[in-house]
Amino acid sequence: MNVVPEKLTAKDFTTDQEVRWCPGCGDYAILKSVLGVLPEINVPRENIVFVSGIGCAARFPYYVKTYGFHSIHGRAPAFATGIKLANPELDVWVVAGDGDSLSIGGNHLLHLLRRNVDVQFLLFNNEIYGLTKGQNSPTSRKGTRTPSTPMGSLASPVSACVFALGAGARFVARTVDTMQKHLPPVLMRAHDHTGTSFVEIIQNCIVYNDGVFDYFTDKSAAAENQIHVEHGAPLLFGSDGNKGLRVDPTTLDLEVIVVGENGVIENDVLIHNETNRTLAGLLSRMEPPDFPKAMGVIYCDPAPTYDTELHARVSAARVDDMEATFNDRLRKGHTWTV
Amino acid sequence: MSTALELERVDTPREERESVVVRFAGDSGDGMQLTGGQFTLATALAGNDLATFPDFPAEIRAPIGTTYGVSAFQINFGGRTIKTAGDAPDVLVAMNPAALKVNIGDLREGGLVVVDSGTFNERNLIKAGFAGNPLEDSSLDPFRKIEIDISKLTLQALKESGLNKKESLRCKNLWTLGLVYWLFGRDRQATVDWLNEKFAKRQDLADANIAALNAGHAFGETAEMPDGITAYIVPPADIAPGHYRNITGFEAMAWGLAAGSILSKRPLMFASYPITPASTLLHVLATMKEFGITTFQAEDEIAAVCAAIGASFAGSIGITSSSGPGVALKGEGIGLAITTELPLIIVNSQRAGPSTGMPTKTEQSDLYQSVYGRNADAPLVVLSSRSPSDCFEVAIEAVRLALKYMTPVILLTDGYIANAAEPWQIPDIDTLAPMPVELRTDPEGFHPSLRDAETLARTWAIPGTPGLEHRIGGIEKDYNSGHISYDPENHQLMTDTRAGKINGIANDIPAQSVEAGPDEGPLAVVGWGSTYGPISRAVNNLRDEGINVSHIHIRHIWPLPSNLGDLLGRFDKVLVPEMNNGQLLTVLRSEYLVPAEGLNKVSGQPFKIGEIEQAIRERVEN
Repeated sequence: MNVVPEKLTAKDFTTDQEVRWCPGCGDYAILKSVLGVLPEINVPRENIVFVSGIGCAARFPYYVKTYGFHSIHGRAPAFATGIKLANPELDVWVVAGDGDSLSIGGNHLLHLLRRNVDVQFLLFNNEIYGLTKGQNSPTSRKGTRTPSTPMGSLASPVSACVFALGAGARFVARTVDTMQKHLPPVLMRAHDHTGTSFVEIIQNCIVYNDGVFDYFTDKSAAAENQIHVEHGAPLLFGSDGNKGLRVDPTTLDLEVIVVGENGVIENDVLIHNETNRTLAGLLSRMEPPDFPKAMGVIYCDPAPTYDTELHARVSAARVDDMEATFNDRLRKGHTWTV
Repeated sequence: MSTALELERVDTPREERESVVVRFAGDSGDGMQLTGGQFTLATALAGNDLATFPDFPAEIRAPIGTTYGVSAFQINFGGRTIKTAGDAPDVLVAMNPAALKVNIGDLREGGLVVVDSGTFNERNLIKAGFAGNPLEDSSLDPFRKIEIDISKLTLQALKESGLNKKESLRCKNLWTLGLVYWLFGRDRQATVDWLNEKFAKRQDLADANIAALNAGHAFGETAEMPDGITAYIVPPADIAPGHYRNITGFEAMAWGLAAGSILSKRPLMFASYPITPASTLLHVLATMKEFGITTFQAEDEIAAVCAAIGASFAGSIGITSSSGPGVALKGEGIGLAITTELPLIIVNSQRAGPSTGMPTKTEQSDLYQSVYGRNADAPLVVLSSRSPSDCFEVAIEAVRLALKYMTPVILLTDGYIANAAEPWQIPDIDTLAPMPVELRTDPEGFHPSLRDAETLARTWAIPGTPGLEHRIGGIEKDYNSGHISYDPENHQLMTDTRAGKINGIANDIPAQSVEAGPDEGPLAVVGWGSTYGPISRAVNNLRDEGINVSHIHIRHIWPLPSNLGDLLGRFDKVLVPEMNNGQLLTVLRSEYLVPAEGLNKVSGQPFKIGEIEQAIRERVEN
């Protein structure tokens, strides 16, 4: 029964629960964006499910007035998969932090992505363990000083978007908690995509890792250190909008060029093609200061989803008269009467 | 199409036996499981009661001719009720020296050994670790033997088949089966039909196998057997009238779970990760999509239990299965299902442990893990199945309790029950009691911690239901609202409620009955799970001798039946045989303060009837 509901507002999706994140946490901004987007996606509230694991981000479902499951550390993708296999009609959103999804739950995220289960996966990346009081996370940069790594962390960080592409993700996007004009449209795109929509949301932890993203999120740095990719548009950035990306044929990697300098014209700049997996790989790897950080929908190329295909098989096989089929099947083959 | 040859019957003298145990043993590539399976079918069709047990190596393809590559299949059949696969074989079929080496020690003194002498060459004897040739020295003197060059006779029989030597030799097992059919007067037609069906696309292979089967049978009919070798006749058993089929524990479990889904009208979602010996349940359920069953091979044990819980949250019966090591990994997820009060079934096919242990060998050593093995006070329901066909009923009971009480249920089976087979009177699902589930739909007064006043079961409101949007999770919940709560008194109340809900189930399960013997007396033998067969046979044998002993077999491990304490208190002695170091024993002692004592065996092998008989005698005669 799909009755078009009355137009809801963000308030209709807000629970009566007191939000318990630290004052100034980036999660507030993300929650605000999500609550703003939910009335726009035209899904009845009762068909939406938010699933989370453990961590600061994982408190999210308590603050969204839909169905919600606050599960255990790292396993949200597995719960989400089970929910979708039981009822593919549900609109499932997974919310997870960097430790939740790339450390303890790395295996589950890998398999969610390769199966392409039709959910939205929002990875709140603050490069730190917040809820357990500030240890280094799998996305912390090498040398990060934390209570567990007083001399600086030794391991190299994992890049969330590169991991997702490597796992076979068909939708990869990146945005920032404070970019309130950028975040909602990315969430809309993620929702519109059928399959696992992987969104890395750069999120500032004001207590344990404050300002760690300033080098590309701060207003003064954003123009030079971010590129907002858009399908079909040239890959341009910079405060003057004249810096662009192109492939260097000698390294098979991207290089930054400046339109108007050294004979470079705008036609030399690559056009973003979000269905190009190779380009997505190059874009998602880019890091300042040599390159701008890619924001927006880096990759989108839909493919059949695990839940739809499995459900189709079960539906095709399911019989109406289960009792009769049950009795028949048990009496097939070698049986005998005493 | 080939048929069973109608040979001129020689009037073989046949010796009547009440029951016989036969073990087929050969290299893992010799097709012993298949041979045993066909013999089982022919035996069932002949009207005997029976039980079987396969014993195959962990290695998929161990090197040919080695002792660790030996695969065996044992069947006990008779004209009386058969409760186990039998202690010691009366007949051993050994297809090579390694099979003889591994199994001859089990053969009953005076038993019959059938060997393929064609395989007893120097190379195979060395591989099997024989110093000399046991067919030529005195080592087989305690037994009767039939020495036949089965390899050569099979090649001769298939000379005209068009198959090459290698292909022809692969029909050796059918030749041997033909001979054993003759030995017990079995009809070959079912096997002929099966071969024609199996090799429908390779008629030459079907014909060759049937020719080998017939040749082996003809050999028995015509060859002159050594002195002391007779054929047998085992009269049909007195079996309750009805329609029967053979069923393994795994098949019965799958059918029981499917029946639970049909009877409750809730879809079944089965999520599992491959592990020996539990994987077969996933394989069987994967072929049962017509009942709306979704199966999911998850990326690991944890994902499997979590996906099952997710499915339960969304309105299905979430089921996962594994063996002990995998269940250990699922522990945190099971705790979440306990605190969110969602239905969940965990099937544990126990195996020898700890850690990897002996994956293909049986044990019942996960009772502590099931009853106690989680962090915090985390009670759930534990059931156990006693035999292959019993898995059907227990699986339905697991679904009933999981749905009615919104709780995880651990269902214990083991490698022995799961792979063993026995005849099963096919049930009619229309005669089984429906188990309707009431999903919450009314938003009026709803909150996710609402519970049924009588059962204490939490209300089940599934996503997709308007007006019932709610959040659940692993954080402690307020009793009166379902919101997260750190209130000390509330935590006490919720802990007590979770325990009270599970304890109350004791009033919703059958009172503990006595399997055999009076409900009071000098000695009760108390078992659970797959020790049922040997305990039952042992107690009945001794009761026939006039010894006063009773048998109690527990299906509901947790909560225990409400009358069990009183019942045990009426016996002077309580003996608890277990394939572990005394797990039910300590539960019974701590729950009821009874002076129970254990009979414990942890060898990876089931109890022999004689072992239990001896333990009973020691206690009644002292």
